[in-house]
Amino acid sequence: MSSARSKSFQILPGFGLSLGYTLTYLSLIVLIPLAALFLRTSELSWAQFLKIATSDRAIASYRVTFGCAFIAAVINAVMGTLLAWVIVRYRFPGRKILDGLIDFPFALPTAVAGLTLANLFATTGWLGQWLDLVGIQVAYTQSGIVVALIFIGIPFVVRSLQPVLEDIELEVEEAAASLGASRFMTFTRVIFPTLLPAILTGFSLAFARAIGEYGSVIFIAPKRAEITPMLIWYRLEEFDYPGAMAIAVVMLVISFFLLITVNLLERWASRFQR
Amino acid sequence: MAGTTQKRWTSGQAKSRRGTEDPWYIRWILIGVAALFAGVFLILPLANVFGQAFAKGWQTAFGSLTDPDTIAATKLTALATLISVPLNTVFGVAAAWLIAKFEFRGKAVLTTLIDLPFSVSPVVTGLVYVLLFGLRGYFGPWLDRHDIQIIFAVPGIVLATIFVTFPFVARELIPLMQAQGSDQEQAALTLGATGWQTFWHVTLPSIKWGLLYGVILCTARAVGEFGAVSVVSGHITGITDTLPLRIEKLDKEYNSVAAFSIAALLAVLALLTLGLKTWLEHRQQRELDLAQTSSDSPDEH
Repeated sequence: MSSARSKSFQILPGFGLSLGYTLTYLSLIVLIPLAALFLRTSELSWAQFLKIATSDRAIASYRVTFGCAFIAAVINAVMGTLLAWVIVRYRFPGRKILDGLIDFPFALPTAVAGLTLANLFATTGWLGQWLDLVGIQVAYTQSGIVVALIFIGIPFVVRSLQPVLEDIELEVEEAAASLGASRFMTFTRVIFPTLLPAILTGFSLAFARAIGEYGSVIFIAPKRAEITPMLIWYRLEEFDYPGAMAIAVVMLVISFFLLITVNLLERWASRFQR
Repeated sequence: MAGTTQKRWTSGQAKSRRGTEDPWYIRWILIGVAALFAGVFLILPLANVFGQAFAKGWQTAFGSLTDPDTIAATKLTALATLISVPLNTVFGVAAAWLIAKFEFRGKAVLTTLIDLPFSVSPVVTGLVYVLLFGLRGYFGPWLDRHDIQIIFAVPGIVLATIFVTFPFVARELIPLMQAQGSDQEQAALTLGATGWQTFWHVTLPSIKWGLLYGVILCTARAVGEFGAVSVVSGHITGITDTLPLRIEKLDKEYNSVAAFSIAALLAVLALLTLGLKTWLEHRQQRELDLAQTSSDSPDEH
């Protein structure tokens, strides 16, 4: 493949045009606007920046955002693995529908997700009324945020895992079994280590998406606990630009870091896929 | 059905499955848990959208969709989608051509940068455009003097939508075009075709399903974007409300039926998207398989 591509380097036209166009469009839409955020934030002194970024309210919002995103991503990692396993390995009625439905959260606008989940889990809702009987409140509590983030994140884990699961060679499992391993041992010692990179990739993708999520969360979040994107939004409404910028930079830096982590994980995972 | 341990879970393989098969009770428990999860997190929320929309009858639901402000929101959503999707499609094709067909320095960095909008929180996206074009932003005073409004107006909404849907087409096309290689294009060029002819008659037909797939994902996101658009919109009823923003407003006004009616409309759109997506995945898989059997290294992805 690489030899074919380096050959084409001399022959195929359009390098200059596509490079110029790609870089111009990327700069105009993404890079320059993001650079503006960093530039504006750099007008703050380091002390000012730290004061805003570590204010009590900001810290509280990080705690809610990262806490809920982490819990949701862990649940998604477990349930996503289970779903992918069931979809790839078992044959049962409705399997195709289940497989198709996994992408539903990708296709559904987040506002619709937030609206219906809040209604579903409210004390008058289809599910909420039963949970209320046993004293569990979901909508307008932090559990509500977690529920929304589970919904948003579940496709990431399943879709990261599916191709890997489909590629696993059954011979390896057969070998493990013929050497006397129980099914449980085969799973924990043979299958799980192969899946781990993909699970971690899916986990990171779901976590990264959950941290930035806004649309679905604001419908179901309680008044008292705010997520960081909500805090940025309030600061903007108060025309407190420095307040909004500093916190946005913190979020952006964390997002970049996660993006790099995901890239490294994917590279690591692709080594296991052969 | 998967009731006994002797039953195989794949067809076409004649080997013993005993060592690779879970006991029936494990299977039933796992399928049960999966079904329960899908029921609570996927099916019930979907059913609830329609249940609430039609809670006061069909007429009320459809009637609320013909509200002038909701129609205005529909038009704005359509406009933002119709501008952002074609722009990002052209970009996606150009970027995929660049990354799949050429070797150059910084390619890995460029690929990562294209993915960047995926990892930026929508609210941060909105904020970034406010900092550029808002009244107190970099270009704010200049824009104000020339009477151009971007933030709290339609251009801002379009810009935010473009940013959020930026990577979708490129992301679909890059792996597809990489797998296809460039042998066919080279053949066309050797036979005397010009660059554009090669692109229109050789490259485009072989990526059309993948392209359509990217366009569909891009459209779904453009229609549904909430956070970024919410920040730059200003929420002027009838003027800068998109459909998702209209849902939020109606929900805040305790107009549940109207909010859920729009939600139902968007949910139908999402289901259509899913159907199209599944169909295209089929076609695209064939495209990829064809590419891989004709190329000498099938491991590229």
